[in-house]
Amino acid sequence: MNMETSVKNIQTLTHEIGRPVVFMEVCGTHTVSAFRTGLRSLLPDAVTLLSGPGCPVCVTPTGYLDTAIAITKKQRTIIATFGDMLRVPGTESSLEREKALGADIRMVYSPTDALKMAKETPNTSVVFLGVGFETTTPAVAWTIKEAMDKHIENYFVLCAHKTVPEAMMTLVSAGDVNLDGFLCPGHVSVITGSDVYGPVCAKAKIPCVVAGFEALDMARGIEMLAQQVAEHRAEVEVEYTRSVTPKGNAEAQRLCSEVFEKCDTQWRGFGVIPQSGLRISDTYASTDASIAFQNLTVPAPKDHSACRCGDVLRGACIPPGCPLFGKACTPSTPVGACMVSSEGACAAYHKYGAS
Amino acid sequence: MCLAVPAKVIQRDGVHAVVESGGVQREGNLTFVPDADVGDYVLIHAGFAIQKWEPEDVKEFNEIIANVNLQDGDST
Repeated sequence: MNMETSVKNIQTLTHEIGRPVVFMEVCGTHTVSAFRTGLRSLLPDAVTLLSGPGCPVCVTPTGYLDTAIAITKKQRTIIATFGDMLRVPGTESSLEREKALGADIRMVYSPTDALKMAKETPNTSVVFLGVGFETTTPAVAWTIKEAMDKHIENYFVLCAHKTVPEAMMTLVSAGDVNLDGFLCPGHVSVITGSDVYGPVCAKAKIPCVVAGFEALDMARGIEMLAQQVAEHRAEVEVEYTRSVTPKGNAEAQRLCSEVFEKCDTQWRGFGVIPQSGLRISDTYASTDASIAFQNLTVPAPKDHSACRCGDVLRGACIPPGCPLFGKACTPSTPVGACMVSSEGACAAYHKYGAS
Repeated sequence: MCLAVPAKVIQRDGVHAVVESGGVQREGNLTFVPDADVGDYVLIHAGFAIQKWEPEDVKEFNEIIANVNLQDGDST
């Protein structure tokens, strides 16, 4: 199998289907990969790839950023975060701006870096910004358990972890976007297993294919989706078989269910999605930054009224459909989170000049 | 944010390992792939191995990458 064969097969299948098809790539890493590798330009016009809610930074609501910024005002506190969060606008400021003004905000590659910081600076509180989907939560769970086991009492997590299948279910239940299939996230599925998409596949009656992130992986994934549409099937299939199993990573799942509990949580663009978030369980509550840091002065969260990030995240609008795109909102002057994150749909469309 | 890269396990001491990817060595935590050993390939995300690749998985990955490189070569 090579790229040329896969693209030809997609062309043949779309002729067979006889109408345009819309597939949503749920994951932001897929969005970027489809642009970066040139895959989008190889696909026939009858195939539309629509970005979905799979950029964790993008779906994190403004209020979370405002809370993180309020924590930076506390004495002897370090905020440790993945780099993507730094430039996301809060209501009145951003972490990047606060860092420039002197707040101790440090970018880390892994939550273990934040835990090390806590060990090395026992008189300072280290707060890790726990943002991410199922791929990332096991790593954060490990640091929370390690902090408890090793009595590292100055390590905290401000938890905004979310789970993907509930957002997909909300999207199909709302019914405001017509999709012919989901290209499901590869690395989320390494942890969850592909069986997790069974309910959404059954509800929406559209195919779900888990794909890897190389261009050929994605092309094969799209080919598998088109094959199912052509054959009027709606099943969960896996292209990314070198990494994804039906049941996922049992060790990671076990630790996450020990450290976290499911909860209702707010998504930018969706509002509150029941049971789509994770909070730190009572056993580990002493590491929960939302409990440790109370009485914060946090502004009432406010988003730019014209920003259409929320619609972009639901697939209801493509980035150039936003009046701010490329004008008031650019990567150097971002208004919405989708223009900030390297995996945001607006940033990808802007970088690769797509319209 | 859900980026993960394949890496080879170079050393292992309990759950703590040194892994190598693209000629760069870094720490990797093997808690979630307890059967990974020195010489195995694992998928690393945020400093943690989340999956072990069998030899046939590594072969498939190399073929996919070779396919892209070949196409790049053809186009220039």
